[in-house]
Amino acid sequence: MNFLDFEKPIAELEGKIEDLRHMGDGDGLNIAEEVARLQTKVEKRLREIYSKLTPWQKTQVARHPDRPHCLGYVAALVEDFQPLAGDRGFAEDAAVIGGIGRFRGRSVMVIGQEKGHDTESRVKHNFGMAKPEGYRKARRLMEMADRFGLPIVTLVDTAGAYPGVGAEERGQAEAIARSIETCLNVRVPLVSVIIGEGGSGGAIALATGNVVMMLEHSVYSVISPEGCASILWRSGEQAQAAAEALKLTAQDLKRLAVIDEIIAEPLGGAHRAPDVAMKDVADAIDRHLHDLVRLDPGVLRARRRDKFLAMGRQGIE
Amino acid sequence: MNWLTNFVRPKIQQLVRPKEVPDNLWHKCPECGHMIFHRELEKNMRVCTHCGHHMRLPVKQRLEMLFDDGAYKRIELPKVTEDPLRFRDVKKYADRIKDARSKTGEHDAMVVAHGTMGGNAVVIAAFDFSFMGGSMGMAVGEALNAAAELSVAQDAPLIVVPASGGARMQEGILSLMQMARTTVAVDKVKEKGLPYIVLLTDPTTGGVTASFAMLGDIHVAEPGAVIGFAGARVIENTIRETLPEGFQRAEYLRDHGMVDMVVPRHELRARLSALIDLLRNRGPVGEVVPLHRNGAYSDVEQRLKDAHEAAKPAPSPEPGA
Ligand SMILES: [Zn+2]
Repeated sequence: MNFLDFEKPIAELEGKIEDLRHMGDGDGLNIAEEVARLQTKVEKRLREIYSKLTPWQKTQVARHPDRPHCLGYVAALVEDFQPLAGDRGFAEDAAVIGGIGRFRGRSVMVIGQEKGHDTESRVKHNFGMAKPEGYRKARRLMEMADRFGLPIVTLVDTAGAYPGVGAEERGQAEAIARSIETCLNVRVPLVSVIIGEGGSGGAIALATGNVVMMLEHSVYSVISPEGCASILWRSGEQAQAAAEALKLTAQDLKRLAVIDEIIAEPLGGAHRAPDVAMKDVADAIDRHLHDLVRLDPGVLRARRRDKFLAMGRQGIE
Repeated sequence: MNWLTNFVRPKIQQLVRPKEVPDNLWHKCPECGHMIFHRELEKNMRVCTHCGHHMRLPVKQRLEMLFDDGAYKRIELPKVTEDPLRFRDVKKYADRIKDARSKTGEHDAMVVAHGTMGGNAVVIAAFDFSFMGGSMGMAVGEALNAAAELSVAQDAPLIVVPASGGARMQEGILSLMQMARTTVAVDKVKEKGLPYIVLLTDPTTGGVTASFAMLGDIHVAEPGAVIGFAGARVIENTIRETLPEGFQRAEYLRDHGMVDMVVPRHELRARLSALIDLLRNRGPVGEVVPLHRNGAYSDVEQRLKDAHEAAKPAPSPEPGA
């Protein structure tokens, strides 16, 4: 388990628990009792820490390496998943996962960014930063879903679209623009969940849904706190201040009506109990799909467009 | 006439050929050189038991391995004008056709059949590579069109299995026109919202690739299959460079965004069945509720107003709702 800076007290307590477990019974000490006492303490501390995470801390949690990633969700929630590849133009971009499978009895198209979990897979998936071909693949798959009447589920987790010369040459901006346009055009339900990091254009390219949900400690922002700090504060060290100012937490975005729903995370964040977190995400998606599939395709499209058209008329005073 | 050279002489050669040369009983894998006993090779669907190389599969076996229990019905295909240009190179096209027919027992290079895969009705149009290299002329165009119409009539997905060198030169410009014609044909299937899947096998090249074979909803390829437009030698001679490793192979095309998945022959039936099942049996949809656009899910304006009110005190982080 990887511990974040502000989780140090937890790391210490859990270290003690580990030590106790390795110690045999004997010298007058009731180990089981002590372990239970410490575990209660861990829970109490977790509750304290996680109930008042700062936006910067939430950013850390959202990027936690043990947090469940896109492929984890697919493996846990989608039966008979058939991954589909390629933009039919230039390349297969493994930063974007896409395919059809059965989610709670329903055929769905699942699309999302995958960050990878170790060095090898991170390189393979380009750390979840998609190139134009990734967005073009997403668009192709959304159009396929539209053709066959399959609801689309997007799982967003990216630091942003990949900044590179080749990506620019091949029209990164155009690819993102078309992906957003396609999200807004399809006549099937589109449910999006920000499961970790919602990094700017690279995120909204997949997140223009009928319903947009965020996990409790995920973030969604026009720019990374670091990027914002280096531009506006002229110092990357002011990321903490930038994180505050950007209003990038799920709670802020719900207040701004940019997202529809917050999915609560298990105590101590999704990384402490990935299975629970993934099940809760699945329940939320299922609940919305259940309602959305009953809507007329034209209505689905119109409402999605109306929803985004109405955004940005009001903010927080 | 050629009767003597083409028919009698090979027969004689076969009779006098020394017996130790493995002829029909043993097959040499073109990839690794391994000798495989023919029965073993057939049992393994002509996949090398040593290196996994996928050899070309005769069309009958192709249909058997795809349809449930190997059971299918072929349809009779419409006849077309034969040898429209009265073409002859070193040999008359009419004779080439005749030879191909007697060699393969097929009328032309495409076979159309219907049956089920994973219990779902499917139409398959498969090329016979042994019929003039699976080349596409008017008969193939006609056959694919018939397959498309059958697919629409049966409300069944269409799977096309190319194994073709491209257009049939002996039909000249009329074979080129099959690229447009087959495109119209497969679009009939797509317009009906029926899945159109292409199973790319070795080889898929030239005008076949540049038309219906690249227009599938989903592109599945067999491992190592050569898939491309121009021939590798033509390209090499043009650019005067050595081609990259794995050029125009199925895996190369997947990495370059043209193919969804490379699937070993033994898994093809299961994978294709799963794809068709997901696209055809979508699961619970329920009654469509005729609501106008201002219902649930479009309460954004109201939520924005609420947000405006609620947000007046300084926002503080809170656990999710
Ligand atoms: Zn071999």
